[in-house]
Amino acid sequence: MADLIAVLTAVLALLLLLSGYASWRASRLDRLHLRVEGAAAALDAALARRAAAALELAAAPGLDPEAAARLGDAAAAPLRITDRRERELAESALSRVLRATAAAPGAPAGPRAEAEAAATRVYLARRFYNDAVATTREARAGRLVRALRLAGRAPLPDFFEMDDRPPESAGPAR
Amino acid sequence: MRVGLVCPYTWDVPGGVQQHIGDLAEALIALGHEVSVLAPCEDAAAAPPYLVSAGRALPVPYNGSVARLTFGFRAAARVRAWIRDGRFDLLHVHEPAAPSLSLLACWVAEGPIVATFHTANPRSRAMAVSAAALRTALEKIIARIAVSEAARTTLVEHLGGDAVLIPNGVAVHRYAEAEPLPGWPGDGGAIGFLGRLDEPRKGLPVLLDAFARLAPERPGLRLLVAGPGDADEARGRVPADLRDRVVALGRVDEADKVRAYHSVDVFCAPNTGGESFGIVLTEAMSAGAAILASDIPAFRRVLADGAAGELFAVGDPGDLARAAARLLDDPARRADLSAAARAAVRAYDWRTVATEVVRVYETVLPAGAATGPVTAGRREGV
Repeated sequence: MADLIAVLTAVLALLLLLSGYASWRASRLDRLHLRVEGAAAALDAALARRAAAALELAAAPGLDPEAAARLGDAAAAPLRITDRRERELAESALSRVLRATAAAPGAPAGPRAEAEAAATRVYLARRFYNDAVATTREARAGRLVRALRLAGRAPLPDFFEMDDRPPESAGPAR
Repeated sequence: MRVGLVCPYTWDVPGGVQQHIGDLAEALIALGHEVSVLAPCEDAAAAPPYLVSAGRALPVPYNGSVARLTFGFRAAARVRAWIRDGRFDLLHVHEPAAPSLSLLACWVAEGPIVATFHTANPRSRAMAVSAAALRTALEKIIARIAVSEAARTTLVEHLGGDAVLIPNGVAVHRYAEAEPLPGWPGDGGAIGFLGRLDEPRKGLPVLLDAFARLAPERPGLRLLVAGPGDADEARGRVPADLRDRVVALGRVDEADKVRAYHSVDVFCAPNTGGESFGIVLTEAMSAGAAILASDIPAFRRVLADGAAGELFAVGDPGDLARAAARLLDDPARRADLSAAARAAVRAYDWRTVATEVVRVYETVLPAGAATGPVTAGRREGV
């Protein structure tokens, strides 16, 4: 009888420890998911801001009309897309057109600087987002996390893959 | 924006990280932000007004040397109080893998945290340990900055993920003006060098060989050498009759360093490689020196492909001697190079660098996002 009580106590203590550890891991995951959400919102905001700045640049006087039209199209395209992979391609295309436009003669200095700054923010926001995604995916890969489904119903976050190199004169992407 | 900067190392002892944080704080304040720096500090009277002391630091062996750090319950309480009083929009911790205030701040704080990593040591044992044990704290960091490509590599290898690169700035105004050292540069011309004398990658032997070729034809020419190392050994490389024209200052303090940059006609950076950024070069540029540097990628970039300073073939004393002779004989060219250097170095000024840091802040705090101030733990969160 005494043996049984000892065994039961040990099992109970073990369960308590395990549940404490599991809830700590769960709260860590919870925080990571919030971080991914915040980073995704920041990336969205940066992309929207870049699109707006690119449209502004396309509308500014001084730019060659053909280049302006190309930039306007490239800036408007991602806004209509909901599919993630297609969005990535459209954003990459905008990066390329933006680089070509910024390098072209006649680009007005003010709007060009705005667009370059916005492009640099996209570069930064995507680094921080992918960093959060990498950390979260690593934390979710643990055996305990998977066995106890500590991540709950939160979807596994996905990297945002795109060509985000800003135009040459801008920012820290050297 | 209200920014709280956290420094892990004691403010009483000068160091690269402390210097970085002080310069960043001043540049941010100049840009109109409110800044408070939390650091271990005993001599509060000598500290700048934006500094908040977290008490005294204890010497702790860290990363192969002895660092003066602060850790423990009392330090944690100070961090908590500082965060509560500061009501910061954002915390910016430095070197959070060091067991000190930055790490405590990561543990204690709830809210946006940005971190800058300075360590560039591929075998950083401290970071390897912290990678496993302290992951919880470091996971809260939402934006990571590395000051060099090497620091970024170290970070990625030990912690995974990624970081953006924002190099150290140079406080241009601190180097811009200075009185030359007495008797310099002199009528016969002077060439300057700054760096460790016995570190082969700094390239002093190349410069000494070039000096040995130049000096016999130029009776007044002198070489000013500043930096730690055995000066007699360095002098031994040139013929005996030229040795008294190689003047060694030894290790110099900050003020004499600035004066040394202003004491020469041509400042030479003969590095043979390994220089990731070239802080000496940007300092010399801030002082408006006419620069002659070896053609390594980092220097070529900083000197705008030779527009802000002449480049010579790496490790080639003959080429160095020819280029130096041309410059010594052409004051107009030196004046042009000086002006070009002062203009080019603005890209590396702290003010520019701080603008890039602010851009990181703005990226993680999008306008209109409903984030309150940083709090010290969930219980106090609203």
